[in-house]
Amino acid sequence: MKIIVCVKQVPDTANVKLDPETHTLKREGVASIINPFDLFALEAGLRLREQAGGELQVLSMGPPQAAEVIKQAIEFGADGGLLLADRAFAGADTWATTAALAAGVKALGGADVVICGKQAVDGDTAQVGPGLAMRLGIPQVAFVKGFREVDGQSLVVERQMDDGFDVVKLPLPGLITVVREVGEPRPPSLKGKMRAKKYQVPVKGAADMGLDAAQVGLAGSYTQVVEVFAPQASGEREMLGGAPAEAGAAVIDRLVQAKVIMVGS
Amino acid sequence: MDYFLSEEQEMIRDLCRQIAEERIKPVRAELDEKEEFPTELMKALAQADLFGIIIPEEYGGLGGGCLENVIAVEELSRACLGVSTTYAASFLGAYPVILFGNEEQKQKYLTQIASGEQLAAFALTESASGSDAGSIQTRAEKKGDEYIINGSKQWITNGGEAGIYSVVAITDPNKGARGATAFIVEDGDPGFGYGKKETKLGIRASATRELIFNDCRIPADRVLGREGMGFVVAMRTFDQSRPGVGAQAVGVAQGALDEAAAFARVRKQFDKPIITFQAVAHMLANMAIQVEAARALVYAVARFIDSGAKDTSKVSAMAKVFPTDMAMQVTTDAVQILGGHGYMREYPVEKMMRDAKILQIYEGTNQIQRNVIGQELNKEYGRKK
Amino acid sequence: MALIIDKELCTGCGSCVDECPFEAMELKDGLARPNDQCTLCGACVDACPEKAITLEEVQRASDERAASHRGVWVFAEQRGGRMPEVVGELLGQGRRLADDLGASLSAVLLGHQVEGLAAELMALGADAVYLADHPGLALFDDDAYCRVLAAAIQQYKPEVFLAGATSLGRSLIPRVATAVSTGLTADCTGLAIDLERRLLLQTRPAFGGNIMATIICPQARPQMATVRPRVMKKGPHEPGRQGELIRLEPPAGLTPATQVLEVVESLEEKINLTGADVIVCGGRGLGKPEGFDLVRQLAEALGGVVGATRGAVDSGWIGHAHQVGQTGRTVAPKLYVALGVSGAVQHLVGMQSSDHIVAVNTDPNAPIFKVATYGIVGDLYEVVPAMLGRLKELRG
Repeated sequence: MKIIVCVKQVPDTANVKLDPETHTLKREGVASIINPFDLFALEAGLRLREQAGGELQVLSMGPPQAAEVIKQAIEFGADGGLLLADRAFAGADTWATTAALAAGVKALGGADVVICGKQAVDGDTAQVGPGLAMRLGIPQVAFVKGFREVDGQSLVVERQMDDGFDVVKLPLPGLITVVREVGEPRPPSLKGKMRAKKYQVPVKGAADMGLDAAQVGLAGSYTQVVEVFAPQASGEREMLGGAPAEAGAAVIDRLVQAKVIMVGS
Repeated sequence: MDYFLSEEQEMIRDLCRQIAEERIKPVRAELDEKEEFPTELMKALAQADLFGIIIPEEYGGLGGGCLENVIAVEELSRACLGVSTTYAASFLGAYPVILFGNEEQKQKYLTQIASGEQLAAFALTESASGSDAGSIQTRAEKKGDEYIINGSKQWITNGGEAGIYSVVAITDPNKGARGATAFIVEDGDPGFGYGKKETKLGIRASATRELIFNDCRIPADRVLGREGMGFVVAMRTFDQSRPGVGAQAVGVAQGALDEAAAFARVRKQFDKPIITFQAVAHMLANMAIQVEAARALVYAVARFIDSGAKDTSKVSAMAKVFPTDMAMQVTTDAVQILGGHGYMREYPVEKMMRDAKILQIYEGTNQIQRNVIGQELNKEYGRKK
Repeated sequence: MALIIDKELCTGCGSCVDECPFEAMELKDGLARPNDQCTLCGACVDACPEKAITLEEVQRASDERAASHRGVWVFAEQRGGRMPEVVGELLGQGRRLADDLGASLSAVLLGHQVEGLAAELMALGADAVYLADHPGLALFDDDAYCRVLAAAIQQYKPEVFLAGATSLGRSLIPRVATAVSTGLTADCTGLAIDLERRLLLQTRPAFGGNIMATIICPQARPQMATVRPRVMKKGPHEPGRQGELIRLEPPAGLTPATQVLEVVESLEEKINLTGADVIVCGGRGLGKPEGFDLVRQLAEALGGVVGATRGAVDSGWIGHAHQVGQTGRTVAPKLYVALGVSGAVQHLVGMQSSDHIVAVNTDPNAPIFKVATYGIVGDLYEVVPAMLGRLKELRG
């Protein structure tokens, strides 16, 4: 079985905090990490490889430093990887990202199963997996939380839904995105760490894959960010007085104002 | 302190520390409470290749030595001694095969141990034979191309969980110490079974059982080394493994020191953090000195053993006795610093104190270690005359 | 494609360095300079007090779809003939957007034997319902649903397309957007119209909610967004409201690519405390086990999970899995609401790094108030209903 796991390097958002005085993000010393959900994708891929045999490649798009996440995947047991790095890829929305990733999957020789984490913690869009499946013209099952059966022709998986879960048979080649429940990531291995140290990550740019610069990156994106702003947050501690009913309403208003609670606008 | 570890040794340390923090710490209290064998953790250690550390590369291991082993054991012990005992006991079972196994035996057993597919165990102690190892009763008789083993082994770590057992039994009762032989017994061999799982004061995640041999039949090619070498196998094994017990002691003591120092910095009495009181600060200082001294000794002895030195019994015993006595003291002091909190299961230090006690007892009590050191001193100074 | 820094205007103040989410801005020789980490997100453009940073305008091929597409569509998700609440919320918001655009509001409904839901969609504000009723759509399959939706979009050309950011919506809609070659914004919490350019202004949290971003899709149509449930206001419910029913013809021989073997409904409470964005925690101050009913109500309204103090757990009011604190677990949600929690040290250690902490307790000296962002001294049985009431009011 040929397995490709897509991984992304992201800032460690869990450790990003708001500066209570300036209301801006404090980012000093924020490390770049492998997107946590992609670790579950990698674990799912390693388990599939254990059951069905074959090889596992990791695919990433990002700046040259993102080679680190591919090396990290090798520490966990991936057989190899490919980094798509090119200034032309910068600023990509999910449409342009899937254009590059689909070319990357083809450059790796295609796959029986493509696995993505359910979303990246910096963007939280959850759109790349399904978009990539469409680009590749293969069926998909998103939010997979477990495997029931694995063979060369199909996977039977459990798909998490809001009201429970579905048991779904996915013919191969196909794409899945996975959630946390798919299995706790294993630790890296010593042999993997030693391999990763020496591993030279192959890198391809847009032209290497026959992509026009206008199809990828910001130029190839349909959406455009027009404004970025910090949610209003009060760093102060505040005791809300008055009658209980007033205080209750007031605290909701404060939280809405601070965009902690979302209500329509 | 910088012990000038190689890149590979640092890799082992970092990986073990990561697993200890992320995987072992969150479950250690529950494993202890339920006396539950850490099956999942052993799987994680296997996936991380840690069962291959001391196994030669040609059998799927990493070809590390005593120092690599103590580094790994120390880090795991920092989080949970029950887990590290389970892990280290597999190597205790593997050493006889590494040191005395023939090519076929190594090929068959070491590969399984290195991959973590099978745990190993070492069986010497019997109900009537503890420190006096020469008094073991378990008999092995050769009949045709088989040995028939009868008797029982007591308090065997990984008993019932391991697939591969290194067992010492008497083959010639007339020859005394030269009448013992080491064998490999596999889980599932006819006539081989287990007694009940023991309940213990500490290291409760580890499994301790009796091994029962009732006309247990094994092929003759399971002998390790030659007939009559049983005690040599045992003693050479202990020479290798004792610094590992010392490393367990360094780990658990470091873990206790970590907890005590962190607590003393945040716990306020009389409006001041208690670490600012000299009585507490000096206790912590003494703990830190002892831990570092023990670590320095363990690493130095491990390096000495890895250099291929011949007579390692004395220093190997030292690397067990000093750290383990130290660990008992340091874990007890950690409970004292945490006070009432320390005595409660809410905090991890009471477990560390309960766990630490076994280190002074198993793999040769600290009294026996001192005998070994005393005998060696007697020999040394005798020669100098 | 590049970030342009005007060397004349740049004062080297470092505002952009602080604001960059990717650590991609550096100061070199007193001037700002992007490095390889730059993703052209534009955060620095807004941050620069001197307006020294601009994003080079992208020349995109003009797309005639902007002129030809009209109307607002809402995806009427259903499973087993039941529609989630978010469908009503989307129709409420869709109505407002359609009115701003001077366009009609339609719902698109896929399934098998679901025609009965069309009247409900009209009652909730749909002027028209596009219905694809086919055995091949009986159970959810991304590929079959996508083919039918993409064909309908290409035929009827809506200008705006909204779907709920549910599990189903977040699986299906990115595939549809790719199939019809347009942009999609995920999990929006704010939608508005720029009438001059007929653009949908889509606002969503990013970076784990640390920043908000407003996103547009300038050329391609439809402008697609998934919308977070429990955020938009429902419109009025008018039973008997009339609308047009338009039947979509699914392609002959439509069969799902994947096969749903089993649908398992699971109402078991999710108590993933460590991964939760919102935790509502009850303590011994609730006074009785039934107090957790109120805790649950608030958790539900806030889209969060139920936590409990050790005291409440030890009293047997709720299972151990809910416990926050030393022997339970450490949590750091975006919002932590402590109800009747005094704030024992173990508990505070377990939750004090939460982003926003709301505490309600009758004892003004309770230690929990020392870590609370907002504190209310009062009876939680009066305060919490007021909170629920206000939420309902704001959400319509």
